[in-house]
Amino acid sequence: MHFKSLTELKLALHKKEVSSHELVSHYLKRIERFNPQLNAFITVTGESALQEAQKADTLRARDPENAPPLLGLPMAHKDLFCTDGVKTSCASKMLDNFIAPYDATVVTKCRDTGLITLGKTNMDEFAMGSSNENSFYGPVLNPWNTDYVPGGSSGGSAAAVAAGLVPAATGTDTGGSIRQPAALCGLTGLKPTYGRVSRYGMVAFASSLDQGGPFAKSAEDVALLLNAMAGFDERDSTSLNVPVEDYTQHLNRSIAGLKIGLPKEYFSHVSGPMQKTLEEALKVLEKLGATLVEISLPHADLAIPTYYVLAPAECSSNLSRYDGVRYGYRCENPRDLNDLYLRSRGEGFGTEVKRRILIGTYVLSAGYYDAYYLQAQKTRQLIKQDFDEAFKKVDAIASPTTPTPAFKIGEKVSDPVTMYQCDIYTLALNLAGLPGLSMPAGFINGLPVGLQLMGHYMQESKLLNIAHQYQCHSDWHQQHPTAME
Amino acid sequence: MTTTKSEWESVIGLEVHVQLATKAKLFSGASAHYGAKPNSQACAVDLAFPGVLPVLNREVLTMAVRFGLSVNADIGKRSIFARKNYFYPDLPKGYQITQFEHPIVGRGTLPVITEDGRNLSIGITRAHLEEDAGKSLHDAFNSMTGVDLNRAGVPLLEIVSEPELRSAAEAVAYLKTLHALVGYLQICDGNLQEGSFRCDANVSVRKKGAPEFGTRAEIKNVNSFRFVEKAIEYEIARQIQVLEQGGTIVQETRLYDSAKNETRSMRSKENANDYRYFPDPDLLPVEVSQAFIDEVATTMPELPWQKRLRLQQEYALSEYDANVLTSNKALCDFFEEALAHTKASAKITANWVMGELSALLNKNNLDIEQSPISARALGGLLSHLADNIISGKIAKTVFEKMWSSGEEASVIIEREGLVQENDSAALEKVIDELMLANPSQLAEYRSGKDRLFGYFVGLVMKQTAGKANPAQVNELLKQKLAG
Repeated sequence: MHFKSLTELKLALHKKEVSSHELVSHYLKRIERFNPQLNAFITVTGESALQEAQKADTLRARDPENAPPLLGLPMAHKDLFCTDGVKTSCASKMLDNFIAPYDATVVTKCRDTGLITLGKTNMDEFAMGSSNENSFYGPVLNPWNTDYVPGGSSGGSAAAVAAGLVPAATGTDTGGSIRQPAALCGLTGLKPTYGRVSRYGMVAFASSLDQGGPFAKSAEDVALLLNAMAGFDERDSTSLNVPVEDYTQHLNRSIAGLKIGLPKEYFSHVSGPMQKTLEEALKVLEKLGATLVEISLPHADLAIPTYYVLAPAECSSNLSRYDGVRYGYRCENPRDLNDLYLRSRGEGFGTEVKRRILIGTYVLSAGYYDAYYLQAQKTRQLIKQDFDEAFKKVDAIASPTTPTPAFKIGEKVSDPVTMYQCDIYTLALNLAGLPGLSMPAGFINGLPVGLQLMGHYMQESKLLNIAHQYQCHSDWHQQHPTAME
Repeated sequence: MTTTKSEWESVIGLEVHVQLATKAKLFSGASAHYGAKPNSQACAVDLAFPGVLPVLNREVLTMAVRFGLSVNADIGKRSIFARKNYFYPDLPKGYQITQFEHPIVGRGTLPVITEDGRNLSIGITRAHLEEDAGKSLHDAFNSMTGVDLNRAGVPLLEIVSEPELRSAAEAVAYLKTLHALVGYLQICDGNLQEGSFRCDANVSVRKKGAPEFGTRAEIKNVNSFRFVEKAIEYEIARQIQVLEQGGTIVQETRLYDSAKNETRSMRSKENANDYRYFPDPDLLPVEVSQAFIDEVATTMPELPWQKRLRLQQEYALSEYDANVLTSNKALCDFFEEALAHTKASAKITANWVMGELSALLNKNNLDIEQSPISARALGGLLSHLADNIISGKIAKTVFEKMWSSGEEASVIIEREGLVQENDSAALEKVIDELMLANPSQLAEYRSGKDRLFGYFVGLVMKQTAGKANPAQVNELLKQKLAG
């Protein structure tokens, strides 16, 4: 049961083959059994989940016709979506004691769709990282091989879904933090168009890049979850006031005639088994009638430097509020105000967070602003224009999600620049504010490989359509790690 | 003090923080009302909890545009909120949301009349929207600082002047004009004690005719017109003294201490914060359409300087009187209402409003809105005066009784029998009797002791219990005493 898709579970609930209470109990038992090993959850809210499941069952029995679309289905939230009354830590010592008095809009919307939260998942501290090794609560392990990282920053969510501890989870993607762990854990994960999902109550890392999105086992599941999560929110000024479509509507459309662009800059580094795996996947799309076209994103090489100026700049300011004054970690016996700031922040933040705050502070400083921040804003425009040009010629763009499958725990921690290069294929899309997904496309040495699909503004449906059609003709997404049975 | 050294010229620019009179804060729904229990008006957004986001209170756009139009300024059709980053416990986010490169109001001008009647036109550099910080209470707790975040996020319009003011008196005249203006525009309650209208002054001095400005000091923490004047005067004198002794002025922020009447160094430029301004990614650029500006334009009230001209033209008031009356919208409204309900002339009405009424209000520390005598009631009193029903002297007595009892003038005049005696036959009879009763004084007067005229006036007024018409008394006495 636990490796079934959300869609299958939804049907099972509907047919009364299983109750929500049974479902939630089952997944809670899975969490109890496997989480000590994987460390995917920071907080498990078993008791309230079971109560909600009970209520969901009652509701369904009483009025099945009007049941919310995902009533009684379990899920988990990345621990940076604020949850009323339940700890929201961002995997940081700084917020280890923080309990928000409000729900993030995403949390509210998921609940309104009937989803039941089983807990809050582990992540890289404040969403900064690509391996989930930067967590105050320790690293998350990859269910496919526990010597390996699950990717990051939404590593806990990815590992939990891949290990069958929940059928779905939320993540956030600032530079690839949904797509990269989805690829490394063999899942389908989608980063929507910037502004499509409300950021209210989602703890900010880099405000102009952050976007919440779902992880699940299939494109079809992701469409269901996006239906729940997307929408205008007057509490988020950057939220798009555009009606939400039904993302499941076009899943079954034929993709014959669609043009899929292959950016040469992205494929030029790919070789060996990675290249072979991706080529196989692309052949399937071709077989389904899509045309593959080589395209160019000439400023692709600017994505990493641009991102690592802008994201830290915004982060340095966003994280200023953690000062030990009103909530969160406060150092013992501060001598004076300066000591309070220095030690609360010095002791409360981990290394990677501090590194990015320092970079960000530097690039915004007097005398450096023009050379770094302003310059990066300009190159961001160039990157955006590359996509605008490309989407005049193609319907979607395909690329590897990551340069390699999952790497070993500890392999890259000592070299931040090598770590940053894990996101070489995902960063540009955040800078352009466009949607993208990663879907399973094969395995190398027992570790999953992801294919990334990128779309133009608000073209989530098209990406889900292509992914679903691919998944109707492949079974990579139906594989699961045998050790987790 | 400013002009003691005539070869020096002072250069002053002012930054005024005007608290906009909105119900809610700039970026949160919390109340912006003053005076609530500490931290009772601070929501999750004001407290900068993780994940919360700012949403602009669009009421402030109308207010900012009103101000911009009033000073004939360019309106920024696309203004941008930026973050000003610094750490302080009363700044919950660790940054203030303000406007930096693209303010909502650009260059404009403010017409100012100085106390000595000079007409100035002072450039407004810009005005931008920003949120206020909270308050740190350093004295309330033993060895600790208290933080009250009720004020955090309250909307401010920071109005920056060009460095075109040349004396403390000019600076005060500018401030008073601006203060009146924001009251007319109904965008600020103007309460100086509660900090609704705060001023920072940039002050420098230079040799007259020097092409460059001198190094400036910024004076903070001045919360009354009188203190602004004193602080600037002190600072000008200090800078001149430093320079004359061969020293140099350091660019710094100085704090005015009203108890000691001095400014003290707070922090120098070397220790100044690097605020790391950058556009706030949580907020979209603020678009203001021409249609919106046009709509605001149709709601503009008569501005103080327009009103001043009208008072001069319509009522033939002097520029001075018109300036005093228009310095406060409520005062001018009072004047015009009193005038609409009286037979007295505009000049007499203005004199009473600026004289007797203002004096009693000041003495009792009341605003014009709190006057126990209504404009209508004052008009009624002045009608009695204009109709010669009472004399000016009696009018003052009646005025005082109206102040304490709240009664209409006619009620008091009737009850107390204060109606003026205008019957000249009766008055002649009184005078004749008095002349007979005071033969020696009459003789002395007739022999040239003119000052005894007043003596006879006094006698007549005493005899008639002050009800005699003073003009009539004068005229008749002159005739009769002359013989």
